[in-house]
Amino acid sequence: MSEMIARSEPAPGPNVITERGERAVFCGLTSIIWLHRRIQDAFFLVVGSRTCAHLLQSAAGVMIFAEPRFATAILGERDLAGMADCHEELDRVVSELLARRPDIRRLFLVGSCPSEVIKLDLANAAARLQGVHENRLRISAFSGSGIETTFTQGEDQCLSSMVPDLPVAPDEQLRLMVVGTLADIVEEQFRRHFAQLGIDRVDFFPAARADDLPVVGSGTRILLAQPYLSETVTALCKRGARLIHAPYPLGVEGTLAWFQAAASEWGQSFESVQEALAIPIARAQKALGRVRESLHGRSIHFLPDSQLEIPLARFLRDECGMTLLEVSTPYLDQSLMSEELARLGHTVRLVEGSDLDSALSRVRSHRPDLTVCGMGIANPLEAEGLRTKWSIELLFTPIQGFDQVADLAGLFARPLVRERQLEVGSWS
Amino acid sequence: MELTLWTYEGPPHVGAIRIAASMRDVHLVLHAPQGDTYADLLFTMIEREGRRPPVTWTTFQARDLGSSTAEMVIQTLQGVCQRYQPKVLLVAESCTGELLQDQPGALAKGAGLTAPVIPIEMAAYTRKENWGASETFYQLVRGLLASRAPKPGEAPTARAAGAPPSVNLIGPTKLGFRCRDDVTEISRLLECMGVRVNVVAPLGATPHDLLRIPEADANVNLAPEVGDLTCDWLKRQFKQPTINTVPMGWGATRDFITEVAETLGLDVDVDAVGGSRLPWYSRSVDSTYLTGKRVFIFADGTHALAAARMARDEMGFEVVGLGTYSRERARDVRSLASDYGLEALITDDYLAVERAVTELQPELVLGTQMERHIAKRLGIPCAVISTPAHVQDYPARYSPQMGFEGCNVIFDTWVHPLIMGLEEHLLTMFRDDFEFNDAAVPSHLGGEGGGAQQPDNVEPIMPSQTSAVAWAVSAEQELRKIPFFVRGKARRNTEHFAQEHGLSVIDVETLYEAKAHFSR
Repeated sequence: MSEMIARSEPAPGPNVITERGERAVFCGLTSIIWLHRRIQDAFFLVVGSRTCAHLLQSAAGVMIFAEPRFATAILGERDLAGMADCHEELDRVVSELLARRPDIRRLFLVGSCPSEVIKLDLANAAARLQGVHENRLRISAFSGSGIETTFTQGEDQCLSSMVPDLPVAPDEQLRLMVVGTLADIVEEQFRRHFAQLGIDRVDFFPAARADDLPVVGSGTRILLAQPYLSETVTALCKRGARLIHAPYPLGVEGTLAWFQAAASEWGQSFESVQEALAIPIARAQKALGRVRESLHGRSIHFLPDSQLEIPLARFLRDECGMTLLEVSTPYLDQSLMSEELARLGHTVRLVEGSDLDSALSRVRSHRPDLTVCGMGIANPLEAEGLRTKWSIELLFTPIQGFDQVADLAGLFARPLVRERQLEVGSWS
Repeated sequence: MELTLWTYEGPPHVGAIRIAASMRDVHLVLHAPQGDTYADLLFTMIEREGRRPPVTWTTFQARDLGSSTAEMVIQTLQGVCQRYQPKVLLVAESCTGELLQDQPGALAKGAGLTAPVIPIEMAAYTRKENWGASETFYQLVRGLLASRAPKPGEAPTARAAGAPPSVNLIGPTKLGFRCRDDVTEISRLLECMGVRVNVVAPLGATPHDLLRIPEADANVNLAPEVGDLTCDWLKRQFKQPTINTVPMGWGATRDFITEVAETLGLDVDVDAVGGSRLPWYSRSVDSTYLTGKRVFIFADGTHALAAARMARDEMGFEVVGLGTYSRERARDVRSLASDYGLEALITDDYLAVERAVTELQPELVLGTQMERHIAKRLGIPCAVISTPAHVQDYPARYSPQMGFEGCNVIFDTWVHPLIMGLEEHLLTMFRDDFEFNDAAVPSHLGGEGGGAQQPDNVEPIMPSQTSAVAWAVSAEQELRKIPFFVRGKARRNTEHFAQEHGLSVIDVETLYEAKAHFSR
């Protein structure tokens, strides 16, 4: 029966199992950790509780930055009692903050679970504060709350909050906007590749400087560097941009297909792109070859976390020879993931959502060689003799593009290499 | 609304998790939104725990609000009872859970669960982590023991004839500062005194162990931030005296031995119980250079108080600043500070602590992970003496803070960040020597690479940007002759001095005027 359906439809949809239950993921506030490294003159002010402040310092590699560009305005009982007070308090806190950090060019007011539940209108507050500090900096608001966003979706909320500020493109000329946080070094590599392909009007969003806002218009083509940006894409499309459907630039094949999808908008053939990028492709394949043997034939289980699971699974199976036992993702946007799902096929066990205890039971019974999971779960699984890769590292490390392919594979190979090398007992 | 960069304590429900994670056969259900589960990593990453804390979260999301969050609580509770079969089920809310007013405690009582339920009210918007730990432990002990307390007029059960005297160690938890090793060290110390440790709680205890608490002769209040409330209650209900001296430092450890002996009616020779190398290390001539070193202390109440006494009386430092983020201990810290001629800094505002350190320019900072950052930025040596702490402060080696071994550990920990006595002497003597100054390239590098040798983590100190004072070339040259590890302080002090005296240019004379002004 399923074969018949598969034959009758050109692109068979994935068999997605939906789970509901306990979720062991960060909330969207966690995105602040990499966003504030990327946008180097932005400050993120969370309006929330002590829990929010505690999460940020715990997730930030436990306080590695002495003077962070993020902070929390902690709501107290007085704030919860009356709303008018809350806005005055926020004005005071923002003035205090700006006096301390004159270098800041953009301030994000970031909503949290408590601020959402008490319906504190931060968009309104941002507009009001913008009036007060008009010539100093831009102020906008987005939600990173756990009730509305899961982990990487915080970046989606942040970027979509900036879309209204993007200038209108002066003309309808074709231009490329690469959307999603990338490390500076990856951006530089991608710029060189686009130049090799003759695509010269390229913007990266977000840019390293908050004032470097790309223009947007009907000539804008969106190429996603990260897969979790649904709302940002919707907002950009409303401003006339069009999305290029592509897989994500992970692995040699993913990166090549990503450039090919973009270049075809500029009328270039897949073959010509492959030729133009032959040198980095060959270099990446050579480097990957050395790491692949550690991964080949090993099994992997993805617990739902970063929304990078599907492209990573595709890369690890197709280019590294790993076996996919289960690929779970907290949310699945089938439209943004269409090219990846087509490559992944429908034989993979694909789970959307989370029921932590039953997921862990499956991990324990299948005993994969490697489990990709959140930081809180990694050591307990290691203590049970299971090797893990914690997923937040995939957001902090440059992993996209040809020259990072071997580094990406290396992140997964390292726990396995380490297991072979160590001659000691385990947790007791 | 309070602007916070770093927070010394987590929210109160993290305190509740610390109690659950410290114990066996206890499970905590937290009514909390998606994302609050980050707290797991405090235990599994920072303390490298090999098991997940026994906590299950409802992890509600926006779509659940308004209709089904109460139902999620009941489903979660039932699932937990079935899967984990806890002996006791704790039920609490995180800050957002509290706003929903689902009253999970009441829901749990009515859900016909197989495990006994103890609800904990967290007061997330007024209280913090240590309060949450203290309250949870108290409610747990009270919940299990209230019905067993002797009736008014009834005498507590007497110790069996011939049985050794015994105490409970109350308060140590997971994510406490060196609790694991302190329990070992103090248990050994008590064993040397012929005192049996009856129950250690919450660390490592089961609910069944808590039921045995009344069997001991007294309670040692080992971590007052967590244990105070419970020790007081046990004293009232079970007539168990509390031993309140925290055995941290040489003098305090001896006081502790004396207090235990007096409380239990033992005849103990303090000198015979044990000793430490600290007294001799402190008296040996190399330590002369420690004399009067200006020390700034900021920690939880217990560690701040102990550190102040050790710093002055056992190391020969001068305590120039003393403070705590534990408001519950504010009175004790204020009182000790005034004995030292200081005004205590009672705050949970990291920025206020930073200002105090910047102003005081101490030679050593004893603090938490936050003060380590402050000290690093200012180029001041620092040792971590209290939570909040980083993964490196949960060391593999045996490293207690309490008892006689704790004295040894602390002596080393505080002295290592400082330039050693002889080294400091030599650096001062030979500072103009062409091979010895800080700009000289190490000889083994053969003239390549190297450059100024700076201790790890010390950022080059730039002139303060707000300073309107200019340096004369001669003064600048003179400043370079000052050893690098005090140069930043000399520069700031001199600028400060010049500003106060309305000078616009600093010359060599100003430099030495300032030196005289600030010298002890």
